[in-house]
Amino acid sequence: MAEYFPQPAQQQIYSLNLGPQHPSTHGVLRVLLTLDGEYVLEADPIIGYGHRGHEKMGENRTYLQFMPNASRMDYLSGLLYNHGFCLAVEKLAGIDPPERAKYIRVICAELNRISSHLLWFGTFLMDLGAFTPFLYCFDDRENILDILDRVSGSRLTYSYCRFGGVSRDVDEVFVEQTRAFIKRLRSRWPDYHNLVTKNVIFIHRVRDVGIIDKDLARRFGVTGPNLRAAGVAFDMRKVEPYEVYDRFDFEIPTGTKGDALDRYRVRLEEMEQSCRIIEQALDQMPAGPYRQERVRLKVKPPRGEVYFAFESARGQTAYYLVSDGSPYPYRVHVRVPSFGNLHCLTDVLKETLVADAIAILGSIDIVVPEIDR
Amino acid sequence: MMEAAATSGAYWLRLIIGLVIVLIFSQLNALFLVWLERKVAGHIQVRLGPMEVGPHGLLQTIVDGIKLVGKELITPARADRILFVIAPVLVFTPVLVAFLVLPFGPDLIIRDMNVGLLLIFAFSTFSVLAILVGGWASNNKYALLGAIRSVAQAVAYEIPLLLSVMSVVLMVNSFRFSELVMAQQRVWFVFLQPVAALIYFICATAETNRAPFDIPEAESELVAGFHTEYSGMRFGLFFLAEYTNMFIVCAVATSLFFGGWHGPFGFSFKIPGVVWFLAKTYVLLYVLMWFRWTFPRVRFDQLMNFSWKVLIPLSMLNLVITALVLKLI
Repeated sequence: MAEYFPQPAQQQIYSLNLGPQHPSTHGVLRVLLTLDGEYVLEADPIIGYGHRGHEKMGENRTYLQFMPNASRMDYLSGLLYNHGFCLAVEKLAGIDPPERAKYIRVICAELNRISSHLLWFGTFLMDLGAFTPFLYCFDDRENILDILDRVSGSRLTYSYCRFGGVSRDVDEVFVEQTRAFIKRLRSRWPDYHNLVTKNVIFIHRVRDVGIIDKDLARRFGVTGPNLRAAGVAFDMRKVEPYEVYDRFDFEIPTGTKGDALDRYRVRLEEMEQSCRIIEQALDQMPAGPYRQERVRLKVKPPRGEVYFAFESARGQTAYYLVSDGSPYPYRVHVRVPSFGNLHCLTDVLKETLVADAIAILGSIDIVVPEIDR
Repeated sequence: MMEAAATSGAYWLRLIIGLVIVLIFSQLNALFLVWLERKVAGHIQVRLGPMEVGPHGLLQTIVDGIKLVGKELITPARADRILFVIAPVLVFTPVLVAFLVLPFGPDLIIRDMNVGLLLIFAFSTFSVLAILVGGWASNNKYALLGAIRSVAQAVAYEIPLLLSVMSVVLMVNSFRFSELVMAQQRVWFVFLQPVAALIYFICATAETNRAPFDIPEAESELVAGFHTEYSGMRFGLFFLAEYTNMFIVCAVATSLFFGGWHGPFGFSFKIPGVVWFLAKTYVLLYVLMWFRWTFPRVRFDQLMNFSWKVLIPLSMLNLVITALVLKLI
């Protein structure tokens, strides 16, 4: 009898290209979904649409010239990437920036982290179909952009850090603005929690959805808030404190289950912790030079190599630099967190609904250009 | 009354004028609603919304409409051409029929049929058919997914919708809109049938594919759902139909639960009935828009569960209780 009936299960299966142009893939990501009705049987993230050869570019220019490239990989936390690159080169070349510069960098980096998380918050909810929080977040984020614009001269790709300091000093207005911003952001939390966190539809959409547990995270190299949501308190700022992070009192928020709701909570709490760091840094910031004068524009690090890992807004990011003693790096390699975060989706997206797939994709907060580089 | 007048010339005159007014009103109303939605969205989202064309951007949607008319109508290469062209027409025509029976005021019903209420719900089912046809004919997976979702959603939500309406009909013993409204001269049915009113409004939101139940056109998931492949005025017709549908469900809610053209508790404050009617309808429309800009979207299975496991039993229970109470009284 069997041959008279085509296998219905086979016939229902079809594939759907989610992207590269789709409202919810956050850039040029393509996810090849194999669907049965609305159920995802297999998901295969396909990357490389935004490959610009940043690592190769690094070999053809001086260390300082790579600075703008650094902020263009993860354009949402450009300053963090600048900061990390700066620290890597300083470690390689043995440059010690003045104290004030360290504090300025930390403050700006944490501001950038908040702005990145705010943007994630908005787009994540937009993926879930709530449009309004997006605009509120952009309103808040605008403040950060204004503050950073004033000190660095640009709003998205900052290139603010220099080897041995920062490009410009900050003034009293910056301190005031930053304090005002933190006050304002804290006054917004109740709004966000009432509008989103306590919303019953939102809770039902994200609870127990897209669970990334410790095991899975370890297998795929998931880091950042996604890992912390699984209950692992792993944060480069605490594990291997760089710059002046060991002088601040802050916590690493963790989740328990590792579902989308945990990831949401961890990121929200992280913004608050960043506020704490900024406040302490503003209090402790010493006067003095903002930049070491004796650093040459064309840094010539001694022959050798360096691996430097730091915490970007999306997780553990690292630069691996090899120097042959010339002003041009012999090799630049970047370890990006989004790569691991994205590729665990091949496991996570299985047996979910299309709507869930979108929610999960939003909840892990990927930036595609940083994967493609 | 109608039967007696059926042969006279005044009857035909009334019908023709009515139809012309319906055509003009439904179009202008839809354009106005699009503007209103953008304004409401803007103000909810701490921005201004359209401000450039006309006072407070009032003419913006008209300009948008002109732009849509001027745009090329693209038919995808492997689409089912006939169905693809028919779908937008199919979605908009039945919407107009509903206007014939809506009770705008004591003397402002074009055709006060004895099955007016049924007529509206019968024709509103057409829009689902149109969405299915459009989604299928587009030959696009997103469109098809949207169409499938739409049908499943409509099946699930029309049952509680009708059940909740039935409890009101039981109280009045009529499908005629004028009688339904007249019965609420003193007390609106929303106070006597709060559960039915709530269920009706939830289902109406789902029926019009509005957020949080906008899963057939879920932008972040299905790009634009069933109308992904539509361009120009074909898309415009889907768009206008959505807003006209919203108006109709809110107008029906007004006449069934909020006293139609009556003022609250029999006080009309010398305001004409049509003003009361439209004011209440627009307040309900505002609530629909408020929903959309506040809530995230529910998931498809949650939506179905909510209908089959909560709304349908609840509306059934409400209907039975209503029948029992009426019998005992």
